[in-house]
Amino acid sequence: MPTGFEYAPAPESPAVVDIASSYGLFIGGDFVDPSDGASFKTLNPATGEALSDVSEGSAADVDAAVRAARRAYDRVWGPMSGAERGKYLFRIARILQERAREFAVLETLDNGKPIKESRDVDIPLAAAHFFYHAGWADKLEYAGLGNAGKPAPLGVIGQVIPWNFPLLMLSWKIAPALAAGNTVVLKPAETTPLTALLFAQVCQQADLPPGVVNIVTGAGETGHALSSHPDIDKIAFTGSTDVGKQIARSVAGTRKRLTLELGGKGANIVYDDAALDQAVEGIVSGIYFNQGHVCCAGSRLLVQESIADDVIARLKRRLGTLRVGDPMDKNTDVGAINSAEQLARITALVEAGEAEGATRWSPPCDLPDRGYWFAPTVFTNVSQAHRVAQEEIFGPVLSVLTFRTPAEAVAKANNTPYGLSAGIWSDKGSRVLWTADRLRAGVVWANSFNKFDPTSPFGGYKESGYGREGGRHGLEAYVAAGSED
Amino acid sequence: MARVDVRKTYKLYIGGKFPRSESGRSYEVVSQGRSPAFLANAAQGSRKDVRDAVVAARGAVAGWSGATAYNRGQVLYRVAEVAEGRRDQFVADVAAAEGVTRPRAERLVDAAIDRWVWYAGWPDKLAQVLGNLNPVAGPYLNISAPEPTGVVGILAPQRSSLLGLISVIAPAIVSGNTVVVLASEERPLPAITLSEVLATSDVPGGVVNIITGRTAELAPWLASHQDVNAIDLTGAAFAQGVDWAALEASAADSVKRVLRPAGTGTDAIEPDFTPTPSLRRVRAFLETKTVWHPKGT
Repeated sequence: MPTGFEYAPAPESPAVVDIASSYGLFIGGDFVDPSDGASFKTLNPATGEALSDVSEGSAADVDAAVRAARRAYDRVWGPMSGAERGKYLFRIARILQERAREFAVLETLDNGKPIKESRDVDIPLAAAHFFYHAGWADKLEYAGLGNAGKPAPLGVIGQVIPWNFPLLMLSWKIAPALAAGNTVVLKPAETTPLTALLFAQVCQQADLPPGVVNIVTGAGETGHALSSHPDIDKIAFTGSTDVGKQIARSVAGTRKRLTLELGGKGANIVYDDAALDQAVEGIVSGIYFNQGHVCCAGSRLLVQESIADDVIARLKRRLGTLRVGDPMDKNTDVGAINSAEQLARITALVEAGEAEGATRWSPPCDLPDRGYWFAPTVFTNVSQAHRVAQEEIFGPVLSVLTFRTPAEAVAKANNTPYGLSAGIWSDKGSRVLWTADRLRAGVVWANSFNKFDPTSPFGGYKESGYGREGGRHGLEAYVAAGSED
Repeated sequence: MARVDVRKTYKLYIGGKFPRSESGRSYEVVSQGRSPAFLANAAQGSRKDVRDAVVAARGAVAGWSGATAYNRGQVLYRVAEVAEGRRDQFVADVAAAEGVTRPRAERLVDAAIDRWVWYAGWPDKLAQVLGNLNPVAGPYLNISAPEPTGVVGILAPQRSSLLGLISVIAPAIVSGNTVVVLASEERPLPAITLSEVLATSDVPGGVVNIITGRTAELAPWLASHQDVNAIDLTGAAFAQGVDWAALEASAADSVKRVLRPAGTGTDAIEPDFTPTPSLRRVRAFLETKTVWHPKGT
């Protein structure tokens, strides 16, 4: 029933970005056709319509890209002073800021995330990552890596990134690699290649020397060709734990370095003395931000038993106000699921949750009749053994568990193979710090959730991977180790 | 008439106790050098012994990592004190194990005890050297601090029987990890003596567990064990029948942190343990936890 307070549609214009009907691979500073001419379509997940034809890089294309990167490393980028490298990174940061609207629109079209998130989170953070790392390029000896001698780059870096934050993950990978003096070959996710290809144009615009950044689009095969290429010195991977394990096996016995940012099943712990309305906001942003396509999402709510009913009631009331729909609408909170495949995965896990006896709830909401959608979902009556409490769903699905004592909260929070993120909500500082100490997670947000910053290291414990990205600690992944002992 | 010496029965060191191998097996240890002589029968540990040691190490993680850094430093320094008192025994062990002269063995033992002292000074400095406040663009207190990764499996160096052994154990435990160590297969006696030192100092049982036996037989169980968080493959170099690539590959199944052996390409060599180390070995078994908290009124 209309209340008179509905938001009128506020669509962002797609006219600010030109999408070519097809794209080549970005190798050696130029867009080139793939060697075997293969291509695939990238879709707008909100409509299911094709946006463009993108090249499918073969092993030969990957090899050409690695050779271009090696050449650029040996001749130009490696020998260049840190100060000069830094200037290129500053240029890129500025261009990203100048073209932010274009990038935000393109990201939302290709990924399905709400424009307000790509506009206010993804693109500004991506630019900030280049800005932050630009300043490291001539200051690496201050990074405190404990190496003997001057910090040195590793060489050619192979990077494989996921579809949930396409440009942001690109910047997390490329900015520190270039700052340290490495050159890169990056493979974007097959469902979200367009902002990486637009970034390639930014590299051209910044006059970045050819071959320093190479972008090879494709799917798993292309990624495999990259991670198994013998002339790669280091692999940086963000994605699923299964693929991470495969890559770790493939580098075994080589001297290739590896960092992995894998899955998570983050616990969001709400104590009975928490500021409940703030906590509910944190729970919502923890799991419904970016449709829950976040490896560090707070997908398990651990709420103290005495306040569980109250919190769940407030949460349901709040979810009733979430606007699900057209990602290009500036009022939209929850956009489209990235692909049909991902939608099927979410659906299957949610059905398993129901089959195992958990109680499923979603606010009433109309979903668009085309594209890929999943309503924000909450599971209550969840036990620790349920799949929805153990497996990463990577969608807008929250599992609620309860606890009685702080020790029980910690035990349950740590009870998955993952260890990426966690949240703690309490007014009592000593309890927050006590809990934070005991959580086996790389990022702990106290009275907050899903905060990111280029100066702040991010990465997991246990099967959430190894290595950190961002901050002083993230640089370690791209700088030579120095003495052996 | 010459006195009949009292020979020792060598056992494993698990959970602060000295059990025999559950397998009942032992193997002959002989001296290195030109004329090998029988030294002892060492316990030949089994898969089950490795698993028991991992259980003991896991059980000790909470107490050891939860102790204050000051306390860990005190406990580690106490080990050096006890080791110093056993200096002559270590010298004899090292001379026999490595087939070196007594003066050379003395230098190695002194370096080993000094190395332990060097690490004893690290627990209460690591967080300052490896952690920091992050200047995030927003009203948050945001701190990154190192934490131990948990249980670390260690293939001890095959040749450097004491200096090398201490150079791999100490950096793993300074931060609060606990370890399961496969001693040098052919030169295990200094490791057994070290376990006696650990048992009579203040190191809680289970923090260091030492298994003697065949490296090639035991290492795969350690590398594939789901409850071992990290593995140090230093001792893959010069170990009979050990393929470090295969160990690293099986470590991938649990996303185990791997410290590769020294060397280039597929080679594995034993590094020179003489120079003062960097923090590389300490860092290899650390996680970084970043905690955010809002600032406001």
